[in-house]
Amino acid sequence: MAYKKRLDGRKFDELRKIDAKVGIIKNADGSAYFRIGKTVAYAAVYGPRDLYPKFLQDPKKGILRCNYNMMPFSGAGNRVRPGPSRRSREISYVTENALSPVVNLEDFPNAVVDVFIELPQTDAGSRCAGICAASMALADAGIIMKDLVSAVAVGIVDGQICVDLNYDEEAHEEGDVADVPVAFIPSTGEFSLLQMDGKIKKKDLMKALEMGKKAAQTIIDVQRKALKAKFEVDNNE
Amino acid sequence: MEKVNVKDKEIVVPGEVVAVGMSYLPGQGIYRKGDSLIASLLGLVRIEGKVIKILPVSGKYLPKRGDVIIGKVKDINFSGWSVQTNSAYPAMLSMKDGSSDFIRRGADLTRYFNIGDYLVTKIYNVTSQNLIDLTMKGPGLRKLEGGRILHVSPSKVPRIIGKQGSMVSMIKKAANCNVIVGQNGVVWIKGADPKDEILTVETILKIEKESHISGLTDRIKGFLESKGKKVTGE
Repeated sequence: MAYKKRLDGRKFDELRKIDAKVGIIKNADGSAYFRIGKTVAYAAVYGPRDLYPKFLQDPKKGILRCNYNMMPFSGAGNRVRPGPSRRSREISYVTENALSPVVNLEDFPNAVVDVFIELPQTDAGSRCAGICAASMALADAGIIMKDLVSAVAVGIVDGQICVDLNYDEEAHEEGDVADVPVAFIPSTGEFSLLQMDGKIKKKDLMKALEMGKKAAQTIIDVQRKALKAKFEVDNNE
Repeated sequence: MEKVNVKDKEIVVPGEVVAVGMSYLPGQGIYRKGDSLIASLLGLVRIEGKVIKILPVSGKYLPKRGDVIIGKVKDINFSGWSVQTNSAYPAMLSMKDGSSDFIRRGADLTRYFNIGDYLVTKIYNVTSQNLIDLTMKGPGLRKLEGGRILHVSPSKVPRIIGKQGSMVSMIKKAANCNVIVGQNGVVWIKGADPKDEILTVETILKIEKESHISGLTDRIKGFLESKGKKVTGE
């Protein structure tokens, strides 16, 4: 139990500072900005629109197509190689799976909804920030969805369960470190993303997931507020 | 326990519990889960008696039978014209529905509508796969000559038209322009003076931006008057 105080002085169940905004990319049908600590995600949604090449079309349901991309300068100083990589393919795929349970894909057969997630700055938890931004952008695009999705990383750092790990904690060298990104659908209480990197005991994992649920609820409130803020009446005019 | 958690005309987001209890009915944009009604769209709540529904504030056009839309001719093939409708789905205007003339087989279809032409047309059928059939038979359906095209969000179209067309006819009279609003969010504007057309564009964009704030008609009236136009009452 060496890890008694977090490196950035947060409480163990405290999230980093969150900032969220909706409707920032004018060309897109829906867009959102989500910042948690030093991790920044932009999401733009286009569609439903027609899908080419044609063999990808599914006459029974629409397709949600996500694209996750870290910008070359987004890391801690070493250049991230631009373009698709094994990692970004994987994260695009899990993002799709995290979001599809809430989106009503039957509404637009043969069509596609494109979600582009760009990260100009990252400090761990980028897939979670991406999912948060994407779910807000989907709502902003007027797509029928059962609920918003919020995502956060939980984990264990040298025996201590923490919420929303930053990069320094993920890279902590003493003891076992585990990083468990989760996406949470509040209305059903289900997880739509659950990955793990590291070593954690089952008992600790369960405790961590409970903490994750609570944290996700906080994020949902921020997301809802941001969506509503777009329509707040400016009485000064 | 039965209760409504929101006020009329409040903004809700997907996943928000709008009401609890079996005595309320879900309308557009709402689904029922167990005892509660949950929003599935971003928009304004309307409570109409027992029915609760959501007016969307954004979203692409979803084709509906009977809608009059403005489309652009994209291609010409054997049997008719294919038209771009601003939605995810292709629309066909067949020869039979395109014109009441007898069109000989192999005739030059560009004589009627050429690629790039804008048409005011009506949707007469939407299939289960959302393929759209169009017709040109009906009052006011025609090819548009001249003027300018403006794209707005389809969810704002009812606001631009107003109750029984009150808003659009106010703009038409005040700005001295001919305006046609398609349900798919394409607006056609033509006036004798380009300045009038520009004013009309500005007005419509203002409606699109401020449609969710109450007192819209009065504000638009004020806006037109501030530009030196005379606005006649209903």
